[in-house]
Amino acid sequence: MSDQLKVGSKVRITNAYPPGHIRTPFFLRGKEGTIIRHFGKYPNPERLAYGLNGLPKLNLYQVLFDMESTWQGDGSFAANDTLTADIYETWLEPI
Amino acid sequence: MTNTHGSHTGHDHSHADFQPDIKEPKEDWEFLEITLRELLVDKGILSAREIQDEIEAWEKKSPEKGAEIVARAWADEDFKARLLEDANQTIRDFGIEVDVLKMVALENTSDLHHVVVCTLCSCYPRPILGVPPLWYKSKQYRSRVVREPRAVLNEFGTSLTKDTEVRVVDSTADCRYLVIPVRPSGTENMTEQELAKLVTRDSMIGTAQALDPLGLRS
Repeated sequence: MSDQLKVGSKVRITNAYPPGHIRTPFFLRGKEGTIIRHFGKYPNPERLAYGLNGLPKLNLYQVLFDMESTWQGDGSFAANDTLTADIYETWLEPI
Repeated sequence: MTNTHGSHTGHDHSHADFQPDIKEPKEDWEFLEITLRELLVDKGILSAREIQDEIEAWEKKSPEKGAEIVARAWADEDFKARLLEDANQTIRDFGIEVDVLKMVALENTSDLHHVVVCTLCSCYPRPILGVPPLWYKSKQYRSRVVREPRAVLNEFGTSLTKDTEVRVVDSTADCRYLVIPVRPSGTENMTEQELAKLVTRDSMIGTAQALDPLGLRS
């Protein structure tokens, strides 16, 4: 994925559970959200964790999720409450 | 009763209740840390003093720096705009080195309340807030605030109406967030130094509001 995603784009977090050092929270895998910020490019933490150089760098985004669909109503929040996480491009599928 | 043992003779308490001392290292990671530290010292790469000095330097950083930044943002709209636009450069101009971390400032309003967590570990804007509080690193806070933020905020004494969107910000990667709390009412005539005293650590994480003009919880 080389094209940068635009703010406002809808994305799905890849629903996968590979082993290793991964910075995509379990509870967001397979969930749908919206890009709200592009931070720039950063070394890949999944490689850095093993002493590698983390290249090529990856686009990093802040993704917004609504609480209701993330937790399917099983939590303590109001209808408009939201959640964001910072996710590298390799975990984002445009929808 | 002959008493050479003072009040301790009436022994009706158990010594087993004493709070346990710091545990001896037993986990793999604890031995790994000790081994690595001793090797660095033995090989002359770092001295024991340099390691302690670094620990002291980090523990000396405090949320006061963050409070000064927030007070400036309250007092100066241009500064706030720059802080929201490019926090790294603005904080650097303020005289604080934030190294390679990406910094983002988030403004709380009556419509939108940000609260920050790192569900994966304990990512925290240490250069401006110092060492994170223990609860920030606890599994309880990290797992609950993303799922029941309003219950957690209530436990911090922070109750928000349903009109305010609560936005939990999970700091999962290279970015560190600073929350700019809502400027309390009645602070129009206060100086920047006075304002900074109202900006608590928790208000910059988002688990609390800033203090009122008397320095009390509003």
